[in-house]
Amino acid sequence: MKTARNIISRAHPLWNAYILHRLSGLGLALFLPVHFWVLAMAVTAPAQLDGFLHLTETPVVKLAEVGLVFLLAVHMFGGLRLMALEWLPWSPSQKTMAALATALSFFVAALFFLKAI
Amino acid sequence: MAADLLDIKIQRGPDKYETFQVPSHASQTVLDVVSWVQQNADPTLSYRFACRVGMCGSCAMMVNGVPRWTCRTHISKVSKGNAVTIGPLRNLPVIKDLVVDMDPFFDKWIAAEGVHHGSRTRDDPIAPVDTSTPARVTANAGIECINCAVCFAACDTVTGSADYLGPAALQRAWTLLNDTKDTAAATILDAVSDRNGCHNCHAMGSCTAYCPNELDPMSAIAGLKRETAKSLLRRRR
Ligand code: SF4
Ligand code: SF4
Ligand code: FES
Repeated sequence: MKTARNIISRAHPLWNAYILHRLSGLGLALFLPVHFWVLAMAVTAPAQLDGFLHLTETPVVKLAEVGLVFLLAVHMFGGLRLMALEWLPWSPSQKTMAALATALSFFVAALFFLKAI
Repeated sequence: MAADLLDIKIQRGPDKYETFQVPSHASQTVLDVVSWVQQNADPTLSYRFACRVGMCGSCAMMVNGVPRWTCRTHISKVSKGNAVTIGPLRNLPVIKDLVVDMDPFFDKWIAAEGVHHGSRTRDDPIAPVDTSTPARVTANAGIECINCAVCFAACDTVTGSADYLGPAALQRAWTLLNDTKDTAAATILDAVSDRNGCHNCHAMGSCTAYCPNELDPMSAIAGLKRETAKSLLRRRR
């Protein structure tokens, strides 16, 4: 049924958070088999792995890595958000404060980490 | 400045739309516009309303793709240019034009045990209710529901699995679970934890985003998820 009543506006933050969480999960699910396959090369075909590792120097792959870290972060925070939403009977304002605190501490931790390396 | 004529596109069948030109007025609601069409342009247009003041929950429709109570929705808030598209509520069978069959919606209230399970008769004194207990505060948060099915129409999970009990029924079950006058907590928990129950909810929050009374069915369902999980753990022990 492709009628207008089945086209619903979903432009609100909760739905966006929901779809981001699902899509990042899908992205990771697609990536992980490839990831394990490449790692397995260390045992099965070390020469090939070296060749592949050279490839990771290229900008395209570097960009893909950034995307991957983004997916991981989005999925992790999506999961934490969902657990907080469903398991903590807090008020919305308490949850906003908790989310802000988590994001801030993550930011600070990331800064220290970047300094260390 | 409001324009003189509104372009009102009304869905009158699966693929059938009719556009009406309706004079615009100040403080005009979506329901006013639909009534104008029925009274002045096409008397065969079917729609439903009763109170016109946001009490009865019978006037909900899809307005530009969003489920809304039409009697409390100003046209000026929703029109794009001068155009508004109005259709019957989503996720429910259409009877005619803008009228949907609410039976599946109310059947699910019963299936979720969203009915009062009392222990007293009319001869007993009225049970005192302490309004300050946390359980009562939780129950109070959901009791202003007007059964309008806006949340039900907004929920993608209802669209995807037709037997899912849906936000309104589950929220009612949650208020009763927190109501000291209700004596059937175990029955409610059983009803809401079956395969069509609260664990289907993806917490996407469209119910909470669109409830016209600003209720929060999503959090009520989260409460049910917690309680059903806790009772499962208790039974295991
Ligand atoms: S939060 Fe749950 S009940 Fe509400 S719209 Fe989303 S899936 Fe439906
Ligand atoms: S919870 Fe809100 S949207 Fe849902 S039926 Fe009740 S009043 Fe309507
Ligand atoms: S007509 Fe009663 S709620 Fe709109």
